[in-house]
Amino acid sequence: MFEGWDAVVLARAQFAFTMSFHIVFPAFSIGLASYLAVLEALWLWTGREVFINLFNYWLKIFAVAFGMGVVSGIVMSYQFGTNWSAFSDKTGPVIGPLMAYEVLTAFFLEAGFLGVMLFGLERVGHRLHFLATLMVAVGTLISAFWILSANSWMQTPAGYAINADGQFIAADWFKVIFNPSFPYRLVHMVLAAYLTTALVVGAVGAFHLLRDPHLAGPRVMFSMAMWMATLVAPIQIFAGDQHGLNTLEHQPVKIMAMEGHFDSHPHGAPLILFGWPDQAAGKVKYAIEVPKLGSLVLKHSLDAPMAGLDTVPRENWPPVAITFWSFRIMVGMGLLMLGLGLFSLWARWRGTLYHSRLMLTFALMMAPSGFIAVLAGWITTETGRQPFTVYGLLRTVDSASPLAAPAVASSLIAFIIVYFAVFGAGVVYMLRMMAAPPHHGEQGPKGDTPARAAGITPAAGATRGAAS
Amino acid sequence: MTAAIDIATVWAFIIAFAVFVYIVMDGFDLGLGILFPLFPKKSDRDVIMNSVAPVWDGNETWLVLGGGGLMAAFPLAYAVLMPALYTPMIAMLIGLVFRGVAFEFRWRTTPGGRNRWDIPFFAGSLLAALAQGVALGAILQGVHVEARHYAGGWWDWLTPFSILTGIAVVIGYALLGATWLVMKTEGPLRDKAYHLSWFLLFAMIGAIGAVSIATPFLHIQYTQRWFSWPGIILTAPVPIAVAVVTALLLRSLARKRDYQPFFLTLTLFALSYAGLGISMWPYIVPQSITIWQAASPENSQIFMLFGVAVLIPLILGYTGWAYYVFRGKVKAGSGYH
Repeated sequence: MFEGWDAVVLARAQFAFTMSFHIVFPAFSIGLASYLAVLEALWLWTGREVFINLFNYWLKIFAVAFGMGVVSGIVMSYQFGTNWSAFSDKTGPVIGPLMAYEVLTAFFLEAGFLGVMLFGLERVGHRLHFLATLMVAVGTLISAFWILSANSWMQTPAGYAINADGQFIAADWFKVIFNPSFPYRLVHMVLAAYLTTALVVGAVGAFHLLRDPHLAGPRVMFSMAMWMATLVAPIQIFAGDQHGLNTLEHQPVKIMAMEGHFDSHPHGAPLILFGWPDQAAGKVKYAIEVPKLGSLVLKHSLDAPMAGLDTVPRENWPPVAITFWSFRIMVGMGLLMLGLGLFSLWARWRGTLYHSRLMLTFALMMAPSGFIAVLAGWITTETGRQPFTVYGLLRTVDSASPLAAPAVASSLIAFIIVYFAVFGAGVVYMLRMMAAPPHHGEQGPKGDTPARAAGITPAAGATRGAAS
Repeated sequence: MTAAIDIATVWAFIIAFAVFVYIVMDGFDLGLGILFPLFPKKSDRDVIMNSVAPVWDGNETWLVLGGGGLMAAFPLAYAVLMPALYTPMIAMLIGLVFRGVAFEFRWRTTPGGRNRWDIPFFAGSLLAALAQGVALGAILQGVHVEARHYAGGWWDWLTPFSILTGIAVVIGYALLGATWLVMKTEGPLRDKAYHLSWFLLFAMIGAIGAVSIATPFLHIQYTQRWFSWPGIILTAPVPIAVAVVTALLLRSLARKRDYQPFFLTLTLFALSYAGLGISMWPYIVPQSITIWQAASPENSQIFMLFGVAVLIPLILGYTGWAYYVFRGKVKAGSGYH
């Protein structure tokens, strides 16, 4: 299956594969955990039953997504060692502690309170249960903080020294953690997680409203999701632009690849809209470009000079075509989200938000757009960092484990088979749950299983809470 | 220099503690998976799953701490051991994927007939436990290191000894699982768990004996550590304590106690674990790399020590609370509502 691939390429393929699967679940569960906290707060505050129904409805979906995030995350925490042992040895003293803090401050918090959040409403009472939900939501955000700090350090290393063994060591922990690209990446990723979740919630709402525009639960979730899209999509585009300017300052070569700038432009660079970057030839074929607009976007001046990849040794070029196209896919998704938000604002003003088939169909079609944008964005930033793992300092070829290709190929094939089977099934289960609308007396996780259906009804607790 | 030695030692104990907490906590829930085929009734299986559903992913977080902590505190050991244990590690991860998702997935399949996630739950648990035991054996027998890299092949871990330790861990986890069921269930399910505990306890004693006899033959260092004066003052109490705990465990099973069998089994695990520690110390990769050679720079270890000192007690606190919330016997059909 992978004959002719060397061990490093296989290890990269494996990391890209397992990471791409993994990132989808946290992106969804970061947003969903916060959404659940908001729903429970609204329920406790207003006592309206629709909020607890929505809470329980999304909680069951959350449980499945979170479980998949946990197991795919355990894989990640060991893959650094199995496939990237040289990287682990050299960077362990710096990014190891960041990940250890992620485990200590985030993973335990999430896992410790998850059980109570999922099954404990009747055992601990409303206040403590809400605390548990909040802790899980906060835990997902703390997790994002640390892992993005570690990732950002690999992109824009700072606050380090190198010891006699060739290891990176921390000279200044504050500079390590708050390295130059970290604040931008953190904001961009958390907003992306919120948007991703909002688009899924909105699509599920739209799906049910297309059948019956009067359903209370879907109306509430659709309205909330569209507000998120309206408000957050523009903020995200602004945050992304700022992140891009930060990248231009610290990783200019990545920007050259994203923009397809093989040649230097001393008198203003064009903005290449589309084209096919040909790495070997060093130019973009079939380019459709707007003169000088590239300089205007990146340097805020039509005639600002822009250096191209011709100023960079070829062995330091990232794969341009992937970086170029994944960036365009991400931006395209962002613009569609902006369009959806604006459209919903107009429909809301017209009073057709819950009825317009065009509106609802558009929202339904946008269901995967957040995931596509997240994946495309990560591919842009990670591929654009190549051929380094620690930008400019440690090359990817010098980071891999001393393993023979057959070992890496076998594990890659195993992961591909297992992930498609397991996570494919998980996605089917989530879609199946989403296909039924939230209903009156919606129960939490496992409340709907045959083992418990004959027992006391949890719904009684929910409605009692709603009535009080 | 003395300060560096102290912190590396502290970290060796912290990592050892995290791994032990993992073994204790995930040990019993992996054990439940291993015992699954012996409880074919659907209602029994639902109770078994419910007895750990609220806590399982907290349990597995200790594994992430073990791995992440090892990378942070002893990066060289992490970088050498993971490629050396490549196949068992990948097998363990894949096993954990299957069994982890089964906790949620098995409630989501369409009802009726056998649950299609029961077999992955069993097989994943067995694979993960076996792989962990094999990894333990592979570490004990030592790995081939050159410069700062693993220099062996990708099948070096496979020896009769590593298979023996693999089987021993499977038996041990199964015993933990059985005594957990004694504690958390009632009626015929609990009776069956008692019977299994008897059988598994004898198997476990046999496994501990076999590993203990085989270990000194691996390296002269292990022999000297255990059998030469004055080390024997430290080592002799371990087998004696094992014998005492075993006797207590047999008595608690005979008297059908609820809690004692589980906690005495944990004590047995702790003693075996201490024995491993005595064998390995001060190596983190036996015969090749000591904890001081593998240690992160002092400022990395100190930076994390602050976090550990504050957060581990906090974590133990709220984890304890979660167990307290879901305390007591799990009843069939009632679940957590």
